[in-house]
Amino acid sequence: MTVLPRLVLLLLLIGLAALVVFPFFAERFYLQLVTKIMVTAILAISLDLLVGYAGMVSFGHAAFFGLAGYALAVLQRDFGLVLLWTTLPAVLAVCGVAALIVGWFSIRTSGIYFIMITLAFAQMLYYYFNDSRAFGGSDGMFIDTKPTIEIFGFELVSLRNRIAFYYVTLGALVASYLIVRMILLSPFGRVIAAIRINEPRARALGYATRNYKLACFVIAGMLAGLAGYLGAAQYGVINPAFLSWHQSGQALVVVILGGMGTLFGPVLGAFVLTLLEEFVSGLTERWLVVIGAFVIAVVLLLPGGIASLLVRLRFGRRMQPAP
Amino acid sequence: MADSGRAGTILEAVGLSKQFGALAAVNNVTLGFESGRVHAVIGPNGAGKTTFLNLLSGEMRPSAGNVRFKGQDITGAPPNRISRLGIGRSYQRTNIFLALTCLENCWIAAQSRLPSSMRFVRPAHRLTSVREQAERALATCGLAGRAGTVAAAMSYGEQRQLEIGMMLAARPQLLMLDEPLAGMGHDESLQVIDLLRRLAADHTLILIEHDMDAVFSIADRITVMVNGEVLETGSIEQIRGSPAVQEAYLGREDAE
Repeated sequence: MTVLPRLVLLLLLIGLAALVVFPFFAERFYLQLVTKIMVTAILAISLDLLVGYAGMVSFGHAAFFGLAGYALAVLQRDFGLVLLWTTLPAVLAVCGVAALIVGWFSIRTSGIYFIMITLAFAQMLYYYFNDSRAFGGSDGMFIDTKPTIEIFGFELVSLRNRIAFYYVTLGALVASYLIVRMILLSPFGRVIAAIRINEPRARALGYATRNYKLACFVIAGMLAGLAGYLGAAQYGVINPAFLSWHQSGQALVVVILGGMGTLFGPVLGAFVLTLLEEFVSGLTERWLVVIGAFVIAVVLLLPGGIASLLVRLRFGRRMQPAP
Repeated sequence: MADSGRAGTILEAVGLSKQFGALAAVNNVTLGFESGRVHAVIGPNGAGKTTFLNLLSGEMRPSAGNVRFKGQDITGAPPNRISRLGIGRSYQRTNIFLALTCLENCWIAAQSRLPSSMRFVRPAHRLTSVREQAERALATCGLAGRAGTVAAAMSYGEQRQLEIGMMLAARPQLLMLDEPLAGMGHDESLQVIDLLRRLAADHTLILIEHDMDAVFSIADRITVMVNGEVLETGSIEQIRGSPAVQEAYLGREDAE
């Protein structure tokens, strides 16, 4: 992980500032839209850690996104828990354990087989929730009460308030970005990068590579759980569609479109793709064709995604290694 | 320690075999490597030298037999465990992190000597001892001036040097080198031979090499392998004078 070019850092800070002041100007619809985008961005960051940095292309990442929503709904319905302090750690723990189990099997494979096995696990979970009466079948479950933050019984923040929800999500996005960045710069991050480039060599150097891959998978699963927690709480409902392969595929498209292995790229990807969808679907009924064409164009013209456009603007040809 | 007397066996193969289907790539090899010595393994192509090395370094599991390092049985142990015992390995086909710079390549090797890299918070670049170790290895292999160069952008010979640098950065006691001179130009070869001679002063070396001049100039002992089996082991003079070795080699070269 290299240090961000100054220009990109500047643009990111401007973007962050815009997000901070956005609620003062925004209509309710757009406030909710941007909240949704930020949730997608957290999911995309977690997937980028897996795909872009560790080289593990998961096609079942939404499993943890959806599982988090179900965990939140169950905690509320069956245990009466509504506090953010209690529900969020519990939900993250559930996702962590699930990622440990799925990961334990998945990391034994790589490439196309890794894609297949993660997809298979996600679909198993999908059909389990889809067919189970306890979890509401295909209708899913309601999350009636938004999580609240209380201190000594005094309600500090309730996520019923859309603006409060917006800022909590923004905080979660910034925290996710900084946490993943920290991990990538740490000794662990270096090992992950080495494994992506040449796993047998990393093992021959003394690294128990499977442990590192598994740890990475668990971290990514928990971060996806954070996104799922917020997503489900925002909608007030969780259903099997949250963990369908469409959702996993969408997250992959966001990461690839934005620029995998850049961390900020997938955040941009989430904004560009969702806003474009919103805009185009207002113009034509066949908006998916337009989106498809856009994705194809970006992949063909900008192999490094939207992020590469920004980096290229600043660096030109100097990004190439010296001969 | 390196020049006189028997210093004791550091690594030992006992009845080591590797079957690939009906083919015995390595067949019942019993061989000891003495501490502090340079032990070359030579033989015609397909003799099973690299497979033998793969069995020693854990890259492959033997079909039969045992490997002992300092008296400890390490048969079938994974390569990461064997690496941590202090055994370094370089590869016949360049095996480095092409997308990383030279320093990063050596860095990841040096960092492997931390008790664990499951450390998530402090930035890696603050680990000064790792940095120093990586820089030292780069200097030793002759790439100090190339620290910031991406490995993929270097010449083949330089990549071979980096391969050795990475091995050194992990500070092994025993080095296994699989054809370190393969594909190198004359000058580069001389540099590497010189480096190997310096390393021999405080390391045990197991060397697979086709360049006979190089082998005869640095090896203390030589083992000749043919068809997966040890034909003969002995000093340079013994091997040079051995009729069986000459026959195996010359016979082979006639066929080619």
